[in-house]
This record gives sequence, structure tokens and C-alpha cells, in this order.
Amino acid sequence: MTSLTTTVSNTEIAPRSSLWRHLRHVVSENPVTGVAFLLFAMFVVLAVFGPYLVPFDPLQTDTGPALQSPSAAHWFGTDHLGRDVFSRVVVATRLDLLISVSAVAISFVLGSVMGCFAGYFGGWTDRITGRLVDTIMAFPLFVLAMGIVAAAGNTVENIVYATAIINLPFYARMARAEVSIRRNAGYVQAARLAGNSELRVLFGHIFPNTLPPMMVQISLNMGWAILNAAGLSFIGLGVQPPAPEWGIMVAEGANFIISGEWWLVIFPGLALMLAVFTFNLIGDGLRDLVDPQRRT
Amino acid sequence: MNRRNFLKGATSLTVGASLLPLFKSLPAAAANNETAVVVIGGTINSLDIHRSGTNRDSYQVAINCYDRLVSFGTKQMPDGSLSYDYDNVQPELAESWEISEDGTEMLFTIKEGATFWDGKPVTAHDVKWSLDRAVSLGGFPTVQMKAGRLVSPDQFQVVDDRTFRITLPFASKLALPDLATPIPIVINSEVAKAHATPDDPWATEYLHRNPAGSGAYKVARWDAGQQLVYERNDNWSGGRVPGFQRVILREVPAQSTRRALIERGSVHASVNIPNKDAKELASKPGVKVVSTPIENCIYSLCTNVDFEPFKDKRVRQAIAWAIPYQKIFEQAAYEQGIPMWGGTSTVDNIQWPQKSPYNQNIEKARALMAEAGYADGFEVPLSFNLSHADWAEPAALQIQQGLAEIGIRTTIEKIPGANWRTIALVEKKLPLHLENFGGWLNTPDYYFFWAYIKGNLFNSYNYDNPEMAKLVEDTLDMAVDHPDYAPNVTRMIELAFDEIPRIPLWQPTLNVAFNDKVEGYEYWFHRQMDIRALKPV
Amino acid sequence: MTAALEKLRKVALRLLQAVPTVFGILVVCFLLTRALPGDPAAYFAGDMADAESIEEVRRTMGLDQSLPMQFVSYLKDLAQGNLGMAISTGQPVTAELANRLPASLELTLGALVLSFLIAVPLGVLAATRPNTWIDHLCRFLVTAGVSLPTFFTGLALMYVFYYLLDWAPAPMGRLDLMFLPPEPITGFLTIDAIIAGDWEVLRAALAQLALPTITLALFTLAPIARMTRAAMLQAIASEFVRTARAAGLSGRRVLVTYAFRNALLPVVTTLGMVFSFVLGANVLVEKVFAWPGIGSFAVEALVVSDYAAVQGFVLSMALLFVALNLLIDVIYTLIDPRVGEEA
Repeated sequence: MTSLTTTVSNTEIAPRSSLWRHLRHVVSENPVTGVAFLLFAMFVVLAVFGPYLVPFDPLQTDTGPALQSPSAAHWFGTDHLGRDVFSRVVVATRLDLLISVSAVAISFVLGSVMGCFAGYFGGWTDRITGRLVDTIMAFPLFVLAMGIVAAAGNTVENIVYATAIINLPFYARMARAEVSIRRNAGYVQAARLAGNSELRVLFGHIFPNTLPPMMVQISLNMGWAILNAAGLSFIGLGVQPPAPEWGIMVAEGANFIISGEWWLVIFPGLALMLAVFTFNLIGDGLRDLVDPQRRT
Repeated sequence: MNRRNFLKGATSLTVGASLLPLFKSLPAAAANNETAVVVIGGTINSLDIHRSGTNRDSYQVAINCYDRLVSFGTKQMPDGSLSYDYDNVQPELAESWEISEDGTEMLFTIKEGATFWDGKPVTAHDVKWSLDRAVSLGGFPTVQMKAGRLVSPDQFQVVDDRTFRITLPFASKLALPDLATPIPIVINSEVAKAHATPDDPWATEYLHRNPAGSGAYKVARWDAGQQLVYERNDNWSGGRVPGFQRVILREVPAQSTRRALIERGSVHASVNIPNKDAKELASKPGVKVVSTPIENCIYSLCTNVDFEPFKDKRVRQAIAWAIPYQKIFEQAAYEQGIPMWGGTSTVDNIQWPQKSPYNQNIEKARALMAEAGYADGFEVPLSFNLSHADWAEPAALQIQQGLAEIGIRTTIEKIPGANWRTIALVEKKLPLHLENFGGWLNTPDYYFFWAYIKGNLFNSYNYDNPEMAKLVEDTLDMAVDHPDYAPNVTRMIELAFDEIPRIPLWQPTLNVAFNDKVEGYEYWFHRQMDIRALKPV
Repeated sequence: MTAALEKLRKVALRLLQAVPTVFGILVVCFLLTRALPGDPAAYFAGDMADAESIEEVRRTMGLDQSLPMQFVSYLKDLAQGNLGMAISTGQPVTAELANRLPASLELTLGALVLSFLIAVPLGVLAATRPNTWIDHLCRFLVTAGVSLPTFFTGLALMYVFYYLLDWAPAPMGRLDLMFLPPEPITGFLTIDAIIAGDWEVLRAALAQLALPTITLALFTLAPIARMTRAAMLQAIASEFVRTARAAGLSGRRVLVTYAFRNALLPVVTTLGMVFSFVLGANVLVEKVFAWPGIGSFAVEALVVSDYAAVQGFVLSMALLFVALNLLIDVIYTLIDPRVGEEA
């Protein structure tokens, strides 16, 4: 029974070896994607080992004179409390990735479950999900995030939830669309005839095929989640001090641009930009990877 | 430049603006020295200080557009800048006044020829209506009037058109100064009454948008959330004719933008700039910074005695010995202000604020902690108001590190402005927090009344001491030359420093930056820009 | 005739579909504002207020009633077009919105137009030369734009072009102090200035618009450029373009008439999403440039729990969105002849 479904779905999911070949093809044709994957690996390393690599405790004040421009001792200079900006930028990687990964994970799981049900069962499930998603989408997303964090209090968890909620509609819509076009595909009907339960058909056979386009969305949203947290910090609804986080460092540093202490904003800003940039490029790369038109 | 259809344009554009026909040529004036541009970070949300919901920035309309019976004189500060003088009450609408022997009756004579903007003479009836309004509307105006022992319309009496009597239940040194605060303004009661309705007998809806006063400036235009344009009243009788024909008050929310504007010389003044900017701008060419210590105000760390470990005086003292004061002063205050630590161990004068006897001494702090049975420390959240982040955040981070040395582990909590008042001041449930109370009326006992009496608003730490309560009650209305006054105040300060529920950090400054085209700025206790004193160089 | 009727029916259906959404928005927004921490009555009564005056403020704000009652009275007021009083600015919410919405829209639309003008040619350029260095460069540039927080870009632009170079005017709102606004007809300063024939004011308004618009446009280049590129690639690979080429039409003509026209469809649909994006970003940019729009108004209101203001803001946003999506649907119908015929 399973062999039947496997052969059918082979038309959708390419065998591992060909996928790998395709990946190599995409990377060789588009070196930028290769660079993006390297950068991503670097961010992961920093997130895991960052705190052990840095020269100073990121929370320690007075590691040197306050507001000192970059020097050999402090590569990225020091902030208004004499904290080492380099250490803070590196250690912040973990919290930022944590926020974006968990936010995106929540919205991916919830959104795709909602979307799958809506697309598969249609009817009232679809209508209610649809209206719910429309309602969320009718808010300017940043404003909604702002409202949620303001109402629930600005903790890391609430920032994660707010970011997850505003991203939810994208996954729900995408999952719904992907599922509804496959609902009556040959391999699905075959799986159904083989006696699989509806849920099993939905999550065992249809859902995996929606994953490639979802991956693109995930990597784009990761970058967006970081930006979102940064924006919240700028209006005072972000992570609580003294936790190092790029968004709040840029937001605080922004006040120092006019007075000439550029290093406070440039370095976390660059880190933030690089991270968002990496996720965006990976998203683009993945799109090339899963785009059937590019596979021929 | 000919801006032909200004009036037409302005009338239809400004929603809710009061427009006076005098105001004809905004653009031409902006270029010459008849007009000053002032930027603020806040917003004006009402032109009526008595209305509930009127925010702090709006108080300046009451100051610049209305007159009170009396005002304060001017004194020169040690650094050469100018300040109002609390000890010198001057006439504004009243030309003279007499206070009865027992101090319970004040008789004011209103200036001959004082008129409202519409030409109507100012009479005792207007004064009566206005003061009645302030004690009747409730909210902030009523509370502030009460501070001067003015609580009921029965206390206000019209003797004749130019004579007005105030009766006090008992003599109080706070009564006359309280009449010089922004609250007891005199409103044109005929205009106001014409717009009053049965639902709104005090014309709050009308006066909210349309000031009706006798003050030095009229409001030519108000675009809520953007700007307020003041136009000089050339018939003002309250004092010296102001220097600028027109003052444009622009609201610019981003602090960096305000700094760029003043530094580039695009505006004449930027009010209430952060300490860091004050320090740095002072050395820039073309910019003048005036930093005046705010009277009767101390930035403090408060320890809530409802929180178990803080019930023990020794723990509070230990905290006071553990704070890195100097670093806070450098990194949070940028050395703008007056240190409030490292004073003598005995109180030998009644100057307020004055230095506490504490300094950073970790050994002493540890010993006190051990004595109190907290050698291993404890955990406590350290909170501050998000709107005060510019000084409170660096201060909190330094305090966090200082307390860590004696085993007290703190987590920092920023609390948004809207919640601050409820959580910190009304419910009084923040264990450890930064606070910035300052009293308008400049006597130490007034400060102690608000900050050290159980239940009062700025006693956010539930401090309760019968001796302190008795001292404040006895002293609050007492004249400062009374023989008991100095000993009482000394004892209050001793108690405050020994029991130390409120740990003084430093006395802050009000910083205002100017370009080189304007002079004459005067500091006022209400911390708003009194544009009447400004003049072109 | 029937086709037109059919289209009309569809439009009506779309409008009907929006009704539950709008209601949902009302509910969400109402609950969200009530969930805001803090006590607005205490806040607005002022620092020195006593318990009695706080109660008084609570009564005037209608906050002493139960939540369902508050919701009902909110709906009643709404039906009469009364959005309540924004306490943080002391003005009726409707007046605030009427005053500020044009400012935000002018900025947003300006940014969208600018972004469209840059991103679409970039996308087409990239699509016609896929996987060359031009393609990579385009991708690199637009991605860099979307990777920066807007408040950072805004401040950086201000620092360079106002503070250092003095090319841009002082960032103090929509019009320099030297000028008087033209008679408001549309509320858009630029358009009003053109109507009034006041070129000086037009120039001044454009000068004020420049930096915030560029800030926002940088942020929106990426989605538009990406979508254009993808849509163009698809269109170029499609059969009708191949057929047109085979028929011997010139490359340029094929590109413009056939490929580009078809590629525009998905681009127009993305605009709705981008619009939401920009309005969110607006909040931050308005703060940096002291722009008197609804975004900055909403942030201030949110921070002080000004219920009426937040509700009014969100409601107007939502209606704007419904209208915009409708508009996009209509445009879609207009440029795609197939839409009307499908069931």
C-alpha cells in the first residue's frame, strides 16, 4: 500500500540525490545563495558558542571608558555605560535567533494546521479560518504587534507571540492554497482508497508536499521577525534591558547618531542587517530550489 | 513674500484651532527676529489647564496666555542664569494685597486698566468665577488649590469690582505662593459663561480650544499634535512687554531630531533636552545651554517597606551604602545636576534637597546585610518608568551591579507611562523603583508631606512613621521664621536619612538649549517654557 | 451586459464578505484596547489627582460600565459617525483622523510610487538577464534595502542629508515654517499646491517628503522587485511569448506588450500586501521625521491607553484595507480579461 503512494508522490518530492544535485546546481549558478548558507552557518555558530568567544561579559559595565570609539581593546567601541559593544553584538545573536526561530516556528505550526484543515475540509472550517485570517490581515501588521505587546507586557515571550500571530496568516493562506489544489490529486485519492484516515492522508501525504514553498516563507519571515523586534524596541516595547539584543541596541544607538557616536548603532545595525539579509537570500535561494520551473 | 490667502487657508485647515484675526503673515516673520521657534518633545492636548486630561506640556498655555493675581520675581543663579524667586511674590493682575494680622484674610486690589484680550476690564467677578472653577472641577486643579488651603468657593469673595477677598481656615505660608502657580488663572468669565451649558457650567468644552485670558500671549493657531502659535498681546498689563511678536511651538517627538534642529540652528530653543545633549551642546558654537537644578526635586531609589526584606531598616541602609553614586552621576546624569550623596553624618542645616550621609561602601553594606540576616541576599525586581528611560535606565543598570556585590539580585523592569502611575503611585506595589518627585512649592516640609506621609501619592514605598507624620502636620502651614520651623525640618531630614526608604541619587537639572538669537530665559518651578521672558538678542 | 452585471455582482459579494471582517476587527480592537494595562482614567486625571477625580474621569470616559455595555455604546456612537474623543490630543478622533490620514497617505503613496518606479524596472532588468551579475546586483540591492530597520535608515538619511550636507530641509513635519499650507481640497499638500498653482509650496512640500519617502521606498523595493522578476520570468517562459517571438515580433515589443503586461498582474496583487507593510513601517518613520500622520498618533495613543484614539485608528486602517483590496480586485478585473469569465 505504502509503496503505491510513495511512487505517486515521487512526482512531487524529488529523490534525495537529485535534490542534492539540484542544490549544487543552484549554488553554482547563484553564488550569492552559497554565501548566504555560509553566513547562516556562522550565525548558528555564534548563537551557540558566542558567549564563550567574546572578550568581555556583555552585561559588565565599565569595561573601559564610556563612549569610546573602536580600538584594539574594544573592537566595536564601548557604549554609554562602558560596556563592550563587540561582546554585546556577538552574544545578542542567540537571543535574536531565539526570538525569530520560535516566533516563526509557532506561526508555522499553527498556521499550517489551520490552513491544512481549511483547505482539506473546506466548508465552515474554511470560512471561519478565512475570516480569522482576514481579520488579522486587516491590521497593519506592525501596529497589531505593537498592540499585543503593549497589552500583554513587553517580555521576550510576548514579543515572540505577537510576531507569531502577525505571521500566522501567511502560513495559513499558503497551506490552504497548497492543500486545496492537491486535495483531489491522484495520489491522494489512492491513499484514501488504501484505507488511510482523513487526518493521515492530510498530514502524511498532502502536507509534506506543501513544505517546499513553506520553507521559502519561513526564511523570509525569520528576517522579518528580527526587524519586527527591532521596531518594537524603537518605540520602547522591546526586550528589557540590559539583555543584549540587536534591535534594542540599534534603537538605543539611534539616539547617538546625531551626537557622533556612530559605532553604537552601526555595528548592531550591520549584524541585524546581515542576519535579515542572510535569511532573505536563503529564502530566495530556496525559492529557486523548489521552483518547478527552474528544475528543468 | 506675499502669502495671499492665508486667512482663507488657515481657517479651513486648522481643525479645532482658535484663530484670531491678528495673525496675518506667518512666513515673513519666520525669517526675522520677531518670531521665535521653540521645539518640544511632548504634545499640547488642551488650552485649558483646569480640564481633566490636560497634560503637563499644556500647562504652558496657562502660563503664557493667562494671568494670575500674583507671580514670582526673578533672581540670578550662581552661574549667571535667571530663575524665578520663590521668596519674592510679585504683582501680576493684582497691583497690591494686604494680609490680615492673623494671616487668614487676603485682600487683593486688581490693577487699574487690566483688560482681557477682548478689551473687557478684568474684575473681581472674573477672579471669583475662575477660582471657583479651579476648586470645583476636581482633579489636578482642585488638588493644587488645596495645597494652598483653598478648597471651597465660600472662601472667595467679591468686595467690589476691583477688590477681592480670600479667607483661609487658618494661616498658611503656602497660600500666597500657591496663587502664583499655573492653576489659579483668571479667565474672562463673560466669554466663558456665554459658552457654558447646563451640562457644562464651567465651559470646559469651549475653553479647551479657545483661551479667554488677559495674558501676554494669545493663541493664534493650534494644530493639535503639530504646533501652537502664540501671538503677543500688546496691551498686556501683567508685566514687561515680551520680546517676541510671535512664538511658534513645534512638537517634534524624536529626541535626535530635536537635537539636530537646535544644533543646526533651525530653531531658537529646544526645551528639556537630555543630560547628555546638555553636556555636549554646551561646547558647540552657536548653541547655549542653560541647566538649572530643579528645586525641591531629587531623583531617588525607593525601597518599598511592604517588601519583606525592606521592612528592616538595616537592609535599606545597606542598599544606600551599596550604590555606585559617582558612576550613576557620570553615566545617567552626565554630571548635570547636584550630587546628593556623601554629606556629613549630622544634619546641620535645613537646606533642601541636601546630601545624604551615604556613599558607596561595600564593606559596610555587607556588614549591615549580614546583621539583618540577609548575608546571602535576595531577589527583587528593579522598576522604572519607561518615559524616564534616558536617566533611569543607566542608573538602574549601575544600581543592579552595585547591589549584586551585596548579594541582591535584581531584574530590571521598564513600565510604560500609562501603567506607572497606577502601579507605582496608587497601588504602591513596586518593591524597588526609581522615582523623580519634585514639589512645586519650594519648602522642605511640602516635599516631606507628599513623599513621607502614609497614603500620599509620592510615598510610593508605604513609609509610615508617626513621628514624621506629626512633624509634617505641625510644620506644613508654619511660617518659615517660626522658632520651631528649623528644628522640625532638621528632625524630618534626620529621620529621612536614618530610615532611608527613599535613597537620594542626585538633584536633576532642567536643561534648555538656545541658539544665539535669543536671550532672557528664566527657569520656573513648573518646568515649562515661560516665553514671556524671551527676547531677541 | 451580463458580463458587466456579473462583475457588479462580484463587487457586491466582495463588499459583503468584508462585513464579518470589519466586525471582527471591531471586536479584536475593542478587546485589545481594554486589555491594555494601566488605568487610563488615572492617567488622564493627572499626577496629582485624588480618588474622587479619577472616578469622575472614569465616568466621563464611560469606563465605569461593564465591558459589553461599553461595546454596545461604542457601536451606537460609531453608527452616528462618532469615534469619541482622543484624550491624548484633546481632539475628536474623527477630526484627528481627517487631519492626519492625508499626511500618512501622501507619504505612503509617495513611497509606493517611488518604489514602483524603481523596483519594476529593476525586476524587469533582472528577469531579462537571469543569473548574470546584473541579476545578482539587483537582488543584492533590494534585499539590503529590506534588511534595515526603517527608523535606522531614516535617522541615517537625516544625519547625512540634513545634518551633514544640509541638502534636505529641517525634519519638522510636512511643510517648512516659511510656507503656508495651500487651501486644503484633497488634504495632500502636493496636490493642493498644484491645484492652487503655488509652485513654491509644492517644492517645499516635496522637499519635506523626500527623506521619509525614500526611507519607506527603500524598504518596499524588495517585494515589488522580486515579484516583478518572478512574474516576468514566468511570462517570458510562457507559450504566448514564445509564440509572439516565433511570429517574428521584435524582442522589445514582445517584452513590453506581452510579457510585461501579463507580469503586472501579480505585481498589482502584491501591492496590497506591500501597502500593509508600509503602513506599519510608517509608524516608525513618522516618529523620526515628526510627520503628523496617523501612525505617530496611534503610537502615542497606545502608550497612554487612549482607547478611543486607538480604536479609531485601527478601524480607519481596516476600512482602508478593505477598500484597497476591493480596488485591487477591480484593477485586476480590468487588466485581466479572463477574470470576469471564470465561474
